[in-house]
Amino acid sequence: MSILEIKNVSKLFGPNAEQGVKLLEQGWTKEKMAKEKQITVGVNRVNMEINQGEIFVIMGLSGSGKSTLVRMFNRLIEPTSGEILVHGKDLRKMNKEQLRNARRKTISMVFQKFALFPHRTVLENVEYGLEIQKVAKAQRREKAITSLELVGLKGWGDKMPDELSGGMQQRVGLARALANDPEVLLMDEAFSALDPLIRRDMQDELLELQDKMKKTIIFITHDLDEALRIGDRIALMKDGAVVQIGTPEEIMIQPANSYVERFVEDVDLSKVLTAAHVMRRPETITLDRGPRVALELMRERGISNLFVIDRSKKLLGIITAEDAATAVRQQQKLDDILIKDVPYVAPERMLNDLFELVSTAKLPVAVVDERERLTGVIVRGALLGALAGGVENEEVALNA
Amino acid sequence: MPKIPIAHWVDVIVEWLSIHWASFFKGLSNLITYVVDIFTWLFMLPHPFLFVIIIALLGYMAGRWTMAFFSAIGFLLIYNLGYWTETMNTLGLVVTAALISIIIGVPLGIWCASSKIAARIITPVLDFMQTMPAFVYLLPAVTFFSLGVVPGVVASVIFAIPPTIRMTHLGITQVSGELIEAADAFGSTGGQRLFKVQLPLALPSVMAGINQTIMLSLSMVVIASMIGAQGIGAVVYRAVGQLKIGEGFEAGLAVVVLAIVLDRLSQSLFNGKRSKKAA
Repeated sequence: MSILEIKNVSKLFGPNAEQGVKLLEQGWTKEKMAKEKQITVGVNRVNMEINQGEIFVIMGLSGSGKSTLVRMFNRLIEPTSGEILVHGKDLRKMNKEQLRNARRKTISMVFQKFALFPHRTVLENVEYGLEIQKVAKAQRREKAITSLELVGLKGWGDKMPDELSGGMQQRVGLARALANDPEVLLMDEAFSALDPLIRRDMQDELLELQDKMKKTIIFITHDLDEALRIGDRIALMKDGAVVQIGTPEEIMIQPANSYVERFVEDVDLSKVLTAAHVMRRPETITLDRGPRVALELMRERGISNLFVIDRSKKLLGIITAEDAATAVRQQQKLDDILIKDVPYVAPERMLNDLFELVSTAKLPVAVVDERERLTGVIVRGALLGALAGGVENEEVALNA
Repeated sequence: MPKIPIAHWVDVIVEWLSIHWASFFKGLSNLITYVVDIFTWLFMLPHPFLFVIIIALLGYMAGRWTMAFFSAIGFLLIYNLGYWTETMNTLGLVVTAALISIIIGVPLGIWCASSKIAARIITPVLDFMQTMPAFVYLLPAVTFFSLGVVPGVVASVIFAIPPTIRMTHLGITQVSGELIEAADAFGSTGGQRLFKVQLPLALPSVMAGINQTIMLSLSMVVIASMIGAQGIGAVVYRAVGQLKIGEGFEAGLAVVVLAIVLDRLSQSLFNGKRSKKAA
């Protein structure tokens, strides 16, 4: 279900900006508008629907209009035209009081440079949104403390913001936004001012938080890696207009045009593709079969080992052809030659994190879902093939 | 080409005001006199030695031993020289002028920050007030308020109020745009944004303006004495008029002591607050 619907929203700067919208519809380019009408096109007729509970990333280079766009979602910047529907209600038709209420209850914001109030303690910063709603002191304090704990800053409430590191300051910014318990969280380049390592931690933590809280997050970034890492869907912007909206995979694998293609060509595929993308269908056997059957199966398929599963597909272990042959000779059961210590990964695991495991493991790496069921196997060749760009093989399509 | 009769216009306006606004000026005059009297009474209430101790304590609280020591020595010197009453009168005038300047100046500064039109009108008026020689508006002030301490206070306010207005304006406009956005994004009303974000952050700047206002109104005491304001300024004026160089120097010294103590106290009033917060 969509919580936020953006319909044909434009922002133009300059004289006769209203008139400029019509010109845009007639097909005037951004350059022509600037040259002949002195109108700067900030955002050009953007349409998007943002679903409840998703992380929607708006990405683009600086000057692409993404920050202007997100500021129209809470009317920090007034759109020139278009509709911004929150739960079906147009934000632009609200009076001051209604808008204030929407900002207090529905939409919160996290800023690039944190924008913490330097004269207030950490706790007072987090309380701010509740304080201006005139929530009773004891109650807002309690909520603020809960919110601080949520972002891992328990006990830091009495510090001043400038006593904290950048990463911690942005946690405060996040806690401040969460204290209002909003439905939509606007994050404007929220992690861009942080060191790369800390940025990554924050991304992980945001995903973790999102798991718990199920907010709708609109995340602005200029960093494609970040967008691919945290976005459920990504909107790519250029010159104020949306070029493509899609899941990270869609954007990577089917770029809408050459701009997107150029944008994504330098991306390290290993940070985008997951184990689920490259895994192959595993060859399996259940434990009640004998070693002779196992050996025959392996000969038939031309492989040297088999995963052993139970009836509910739960992974029990692996057997090798060598052991199976020995077992046939010595009349052992499968149970006796089962190797239980199988290397395995989750399907969401990034390829980036797989290399070491795959290259050092003596056995094939199993892909096991959260219910411990075997869903695939990582073969070294497929892994390298995916990185070379050839992901469109049938087996990926089957497993995806 | 005929001369533009500015002088005539001003005369007419001043006369018209003094006739038709007489009761307003009378009321204002009474109010100011009342406030000055209260402050002067308050300052004269404790025995001079007790006053010295209080000032020294304030100095100590404001920060340093040296500050306390210097304040005590300075005020004891004034007492010793025999200008205690005059100095307290002057202090009453200065504190009243500063208070009026703050009451009028801070809201005007806020108004300038919130409205470009207001800023465009008020800024040249402030330039006018600061550069027009004080003697020029001293006379109409006497016309409206008659002789005494009141026109002195009014002249001091006119001369001393600009820094408070300017620095309040500056302080508020210097609050970073992102913080304003943050305040707005959480749904602050205009008043909440002003009192919870803008003014607290502008405070250092506002305090610097108030400090300047106090200093400037102190520099008006000698001029104010020319139209009958009592105090240490009158002593300076009289001594200089009678070529009593030594006496003039003594009285001038009292002004200096008062100035330095007021300056340091008003400065550290703010700094003290800040260092406490940081601790």
